[in-house]
Amino acid sequence: MIEGILIGLTTALTFQNILMVMIGCFFGTIIGMLPGLGPMTAIALMIPITYGFDPATGLILMAGVYYGAVFGGSTSSILLNAPGVPGTVATSFDGYPMAQQGKAGKALAIAAWSSFAGGTLSAIYLLFMAPSLSKVSLSFRSPDYFALMILGLTAIAAFSSKGQFLKAMMMVVLGLMLASVGQDSLSDITRFTFNNMNLTDGISFVLVVMATFAMSEALTIILKRNDPTSAAKQVSLTELGSIKINKEERTKMYKTIPRSSVIGFLIGVLPGAGATIASFLAYGMERNVVSDEEKEKFGKGSVNGLSAPETANNAACSGSFVPMLTLGIPGSGTTAVMLGALLGFGVQPGPRLYMTNPEIFWSIIMSMYIGMVILLILNLPLIPYIARILAVPKNYLIPLILFFSVTGIYVMSFNNFDIYLMIGIAVVATFLRLYDFPMPPLILAFVLGGLMEENLRRSLLLSNGSWEFLWDRTLTACILATTILIVVWHIYKTFRKKN
Amino acid sequence: MNINTTKIISLLFFIFSAFYLYTAYQIQVFAFDENAPFNARTFPIYLGYAGLFFSGLKLILPDPNTIKVEHKSLEYKKTGILILIAIIYGATILKVGYFLTTSLFLFASYYFLGERRWILMFLLSFPFVAVFMYLLHGILDIYLRDPFLQSIGVMG
Repeated sequence: MIEGILIGLTTALTFQNILMVMIGCFFGTIIGMLPGLGPMTAIALMIPITYGFDPATGLILMAGVYYGAVFGGSTSSILLNAPGVPGTVATSFDGYPMAQQGKAGKALAIAAWSSFAGGTLSAIYLLFMAPSLSKVSLSFRSPDYFALMILGLTAIAAFSSKGQFLKAMMMVVLGLMLASVGQDSLSDITRFTFNNMNLTDGISFVLVVMATFAMSEALTIILKRNDPTSAAKQVSLTELGSIKINKEERTKMYKTIPRSSVIGFLIGVLPGAGATIASFLAYGMERNVVSDEEKEKFGKGSVNGLSAPETANNAACSGSFVPMLTLGIPGSGTTAVMLGALLGFGVQPGPRLYMTNPEIFWSIIMSMYIGMVILLILNLPLIPYIARILAVPKNYLIPLILFFSVTGIYVMSFNNFDIYLMIGIAVVATFLRLYDFPMPPLILAFVLGGLMEENLRRSLLLSNGSWEFLWDRTLTACILATTILIVVWHIYKTFRKKN
Repeated sequence: MNINTTKIISLLFFIFSAFYLYTAYQIQVFAFDENAPFNARTFPIYLGYAGLFFSGLKLILPDPNTIKVEHKSLEYKKTGILILIAIIYGATILKVGYFLTTSLFLFASYYFLGERRWILMFLLSFPFVAVFMYLLHGILDIYLRDPFLQSIGVMG
């Protein structure tokens, strides 16, 4: 292995490859900040360029773009409450409130350091555990995935604010209902389209997330303009752009980062799970392990609440390389695009990749770490300038948020209907937010809806319609037992507080 | 019984779930799939029942955290105008083109939100959209349909 690491370092540290990581991180950050253009689009845009390079250099460039785009997505989540990709939705829960309190620079710095730490730790895990973890990822079957998704959805509802469990569960169901619109993945039968062709392909993630987060946030700000309780706080540009993290905040991060990186990496290893579930689970777990006093700060700008999903989503990005490199199974949409590029280079991923093409295997792993360092070096000095977006007066910022939301949808579909649908969902979401119906459970359910149905379908078909699959396998039973424990614990705590 | 808005929303969600469930039962599946352990209508049916269950619980159980919204202090008029502008923007973007509609949308939104610094309003609409469009269309090679720019020969 030492030999492999040295090969990887030698390849990754050539001038050309370092330059590629820098270019990749830079362009990735810019593309990731634009709503609708996530890491998958960013990498897809790079494919034609990479064909001129050797496989290692091409993949190093794509890995740089990947990390840059994930960081860029976090930036728009924190500053504008507009997560362009599912993996950064959980970042906005505490990142956006923190930015609204005039600590945008600090929030971006916490996100950058957490991403860096998450990526670094997961690169270390990857270095030592990649071959053995591929076996673990293969041991997960459909019932386990189904149980994992139930756990994710229950956890996000149970960990929502006090007394909101039922509201959160209603939002979970609404999210799953929205995800069920369109063609059934197996039979191609259309559902809930009401003969409208525009709904045949279902509702896109970007549309729902832009409507429920960015657009409804913009409408809420206008709606509550005269509300004395929500008056905008005047902050100086220096305070807004300050990236100083004090000792107390650092201490919190030291505790959060290791546990979130483990969750992120392990979830990332599972094909199909990816950064979204990882970040939501890390957020939920973090809320459960911190003190009661800290728990109250969740959703209002908590350092732990921001650091946990950021660490986990970057750790999951590295984790998703495990099934791709060792089994040839892409762990996410983004790694699927990278797999396509890998095959285009004539490289066949699989258990023998690190024996047949050690320079590719190890140079990707080493360049991930180098990519993290370069991402940090490039982005930290830019934070004070990026944070100033929030100093833009609301009269300009609100139309610009609406413009980015509409553009995100327009470049995806070139369809008027999608814009109307987005406005409709945004109006409903704004109304629901006024009455404290939480949006994060809706988004997570929407993201997981298709996968959940797919895994339930496989499980039920394999068990011939019997629900015994829920307790047949130890792993499934353990995950479901954890879900039940979370619900019971939540109910117990609610009653204990009332009494 | 004191009915608050949260209960009314729950009632609406209950009715919506009932409608969703009814529609789920109407989904046409293939004849050979009718009695399969899982078909296109199975998951939606579960979802319909789940919606009825949770909204029903919310309706029945007491609500200790009643949310009071001060409607008088809310800016319904400006929000309504902004939504209307966004709808007009959505209706015209394909026919007129990205550049002109987006620039006008931004300009009109700034105006209705109370902005009167004309030069800044102009700079943050027309030139801003032009630069953004160049980034998307020119650099990132993302197609942006624009009949207006095509008609005046700016875009190929």
